[in-house]
This record gives sequence, structure tokens and C-alpha cells, in this order.
Amino acid sequence: MALLEIKNLTVRFDTSNGAFTAVDGVDVSVDGREVLAIVGESGSGKSVSMLAVMGLLPDTATVTADAMIYDGRDLLKMSAAERQKLIGREITMIFQEPVASLNPSFTVGFQIEEVLRFNMGMDRRAARGRAVELFNAVGIPDPETKLDAYPHQMSGGQCQRVMIAMAIASNPRLLIADEPTTALDVTIQKQILDLLMDLQEKHGMALILITHDMGVVAETADRVIVQYKGRKMEEADVLSLFENPQNAYTRALLSALPENAKGDRLPTVAEFMAAEALQ
Amino acid sequence: MSVVIEGKALTQDYAVGGGMFTGAKTVRAVKGVDFAVERGKTLAIVGESGSGKSTLARIIALIDAPSGGELRVAGEVVDIARQRLTPDMRSKVQMVFQNPYGSLNPRQKVGDVLMEPLLINTALPAAERRDRAEAMLAKVGLAPEHFNRYPHMFSGGQRQRIAIARALMLNPALLVLDEPVSALDLSVQAQVLNLLADLQEEFDLTYVFVSHDLSVVRYIADDVLVLSRGVAVEQGPRADLFAKPQHPYTQQLFVATPVTDVAAIRARVERRKAARIGALSN
Repeated sequence: MALLEIKNLTVRFDTSNGAFTAVDGVDVSVDGREVLAIVGESGSGKSVSMLAVMGLLPDTATVTADAMIYDGRDLLKMSAAERQKLIGREITMIFQEPVASLNPSFTVGFQIEEVLRFNMGMDRRAARGRAVELFNAVGIPDPETKLDAYPHQMSGGQCQRVMIAMAIASNPRLLIADEPTTALDVTIQKQILDLLMDLQEKHGMALILITHDMGVVAETADRVIVQYKGRKMEEADVLSLFENPQNAYTRALLSALPENAKGDRLPTVAEFMAAEALQ
Repeated sequence: MSVVIEGKALTQDYAVGGGMFTGAKTVRAVKGVDFAVERGKTLAIVGESGSGKSTLARIIALIDAPSGGELRVAGEVVDIARQRLTPDMRSKVQMVFQNPYGSLNPRQKVGDVLMEPLLINTALPAAERRDRAEAMLAKVGLAPEHFNRYPHMFSGGQRQRIAIARALMLNPALLVLDEPVSALDLSVQAQVLNLLADLQEEFDLTYVFVSHDLSVVRYIADDVLVLSRGVAVEQGPRADLFAKPQHPYTQQLFVATPVTDVAAIRARVERRKAARIGALSN
């Protein structure tokens, strides 16, 4: 049975120009221990659908779904208090800008211990000990010293490791990572992806990875959902998606990859879709 | 073949720190880089953050004076620290920046963006300036009605087209492009890369293309210079570098770059399956 199953999710935003539908009737399901990638370009609604699960959308957003079942319980029918117990504990999330996700006024140690004290009910001493363990688990060298550092004293890659440490502090069953490596250099990206995959395997978590980068998808995912303008274009296991893409948009995206260039010109998505429509 | 731009032993020092009681230290961001680019060719400068690639790009674009070394544009030594640039030299080298949301003045209409370089650097009459700006707008794939619009009315890819058009208004010989497609979606990236290839052919342009993305570099570059901590650890023709990277840092970059190759994906999926079966049987 799926760990999280969302049916017919729609998210609308009220704007001054009327309602805007960011996510339009999308189904998402992820099994325990599975890595699901949601891939799309800007405006595809890939982040919005997961923010809806986390309840992090602003008041201007209207979220509707036939069902949003987590572990047999419907998130939409729960009370706010019940949902609060799951979000940030069993389901956690990390974001694109690790430096911006941390509070610049407090040490990273204070911020991770805050999670442990309030979400896990630990006392200060226990929280400190667990924070050191977590920093070790995410590969931050010399954790005792680094806990007293402020975010600006750390590199982007290290800040993302801190964010991951906070996200796995409660041993979540589902981690949602929204473009976790987009702001990072490629060598650091590899380290962070390796770390996420390693933790996913070790803790048996499910991982939903939101990305625009086909390379990241190829290196991590078990299964892939391709989104475009708020709609799901295709869903497939990672090998079938790259080997034999069924949808025109997926094919267009893959052919726009510079490494797949045939001859001098790159087919653009618009040209590709037009050419496919003619055939 | 004529060399359009040539750098010899270029260095750049920045002063950092220096509080009330401590002296400033200097950090050498670029440590003696040599390169030369022939007319109509593209040199890609590859590196990660902190490698000095943007510092080097600013030296090549005649924005910052290097701390040491020599820069020649079309054979002529250019030293902006000692002499004022002639309008002619200023026109020869132009730059396109990474972020098209930050590099265009939000209060300036697109037409004015394009006409301003002509207003400052040439004595052309207003009508001629307008004609040239309209022609350039068409060249980069925008419509005539875009002339009187403001930058916020455009998408990221369109804005980058505007920035490219502005850079081309003075008929430069050399364009320095600092991560010009890294802020763009994949499909838009393909359009802008195609545009750059077309323009290079049409105007016989020389490009210095700064990028961290090896797949883009492989597509666009003739020669590649790999920069790590201010040192050019490897440089040479693209084909050689991609076929057989020599320096450990270059090899590390290749290993870290994700591959979308089907065989590689199949191998990964099978490794993962095997690991799971192993974990279950234990």
C-alpha cells in the first residue's frame, strides 16, 4: 500500500487577474522506501503540489483533492492539531536555498536543538547529544564546534547538510526535497544527492525529489512524474522514462538536453511539440 | 586566423578584511592565467563557485583591471588601469550577465535599452538609432511591438534575448557571456543556445562563455579552460578534454556531473535492486 496517496489534487490561487490554477487534477502516490522524482520546468506546479501536502501554501491558495491519504489516514479530514503531529515529524521537507532556509540570527546548533526539544520533547542535554549524532550522520566534520557556527559561517553545501540533519531528526517516513541541489556546485550536488540516497536507504524513508534537472532524476529516482503547466504529462519508472518516453513533452525535454544534441542545433520544446503535432 | 583576445599571466588580487586593528589581507582570485581565442571561436571557462571564473570574465570584458599580466584585444595591449578606453575599444568587447532579471533597468523600455549604447558611443542620429534597435530586436527573435515594453513584461528567456541584443548593438568582436543560460529552464536554454550559435555565425563573433555546466560547454565550446581556485588546471580543445580529461580536478567534475545515459541508469537501477535483495536476505 502506498505511504502517501493523493487523488485529483487541484490548487487554485486567487490573483488580481482572477483565479489561476497552478495544479490541475494531479494524482501522486509514493510507496515506503521509494524515491519518486517530480520533474518539470518553472510554472509546472511541481513545488505547489508538495507545499499543499505540507500545508505551507498561503491563504490565497485553495486546495482541493478527492483524497490525500497518508498511512491510511486522510490529511484533508484531520484536525489541524492532528495534522501538526505528522507534518515536521513523519513528513519533513527541505528547500532549494539552504542558506535562506536557516535563521541567520541563531547558531545552527540552536536551530537543530529547537527541533529536537519541541518536536521530540528532549531536554537540552539530550538534544545536544542527538544534534552531534545527526551532524555526524550527515557528514559535517567536527560537529561539536560546528554546532556553534552561524549559517553565514558555513558554505551552501554545509547549510544543506544542516537542513537535512533537521529534516531527519525525527526519523521521518517521508522526506520531501524541493530542488535540494539547485543552488549548489556540481561536486557538492553529488555529495548531497549521495547523502540523501544513503539516508533514504539506511532509514527506509520514502523520498520525493522535486527537480527541474533530468540529470538529477537519472541519478536518483525509482519512479518519475513529469509535470507541465500544472498537469501530469507522464508517469513511469526511471528506466522506461529515459529509454522509451511516451509523452511528447517528455520527449521534447529529453531532446533539449545539450548532451543529446544531434548536429548543430538543439530542438527546442516548442519546435518539438509543433513537429510532433504535424506527424 | 586572427586572435581576438589574448591574456598572459593574468592575476587578480582582492583586499579582504582589515578591521580597526588588523591590516587587510590580499586574496589572489586569479593566479596567472594564459589563454587566446581566435575569431569566430568559443572559449568556455569552466569552474565552480570561488574558482575565479567570473573575476576572469570581468577582466576579459574590460570591466576590472587585472592586478598583473597583460591583456591584448585584437593584438593591441589594453590596460584600463592606466589609460582610458577608446570608444572603439569599448565597443569591441561586450558582456552578457547571468541574471536577466537583474541586468536590465526596470524603468527603461526595451527600445531605450537597445538604443542607449548607440547614444553614448556613437554620433548616429535618432532615426538611425531607432532603426538599428528595431532590426536587432528582430535578429534576437523578438517582435516589433516589444520595443515599447518594460523588462518586467518579459519572461526570463526573452529578457536574456534583450540582454544579448543590447550587447550586440555596437557590433562587438567579442562577447563575454557569464553563465548566460544557467537561470533559464531547459527548453528556454535550448532556444538561447541556438540563438547564440546563429548570431556567432552571422556576425563572426568570438565568445568567452563562462559556465559550470559541462553538458552546455560540450555543446557550445571550441576550447575549454578549467579553472580551480584561480588556476587554469587544464585547457585545450573540447574534444580532447571531454575524451580524456587529464587533471584530477577535471576528472572530479566529470564524475560529479549527472549522466542521463540509458545504460548508466539501467546499471544504477540494477545496483539498487541488488542492494535491496541483499538487505532483505540479511
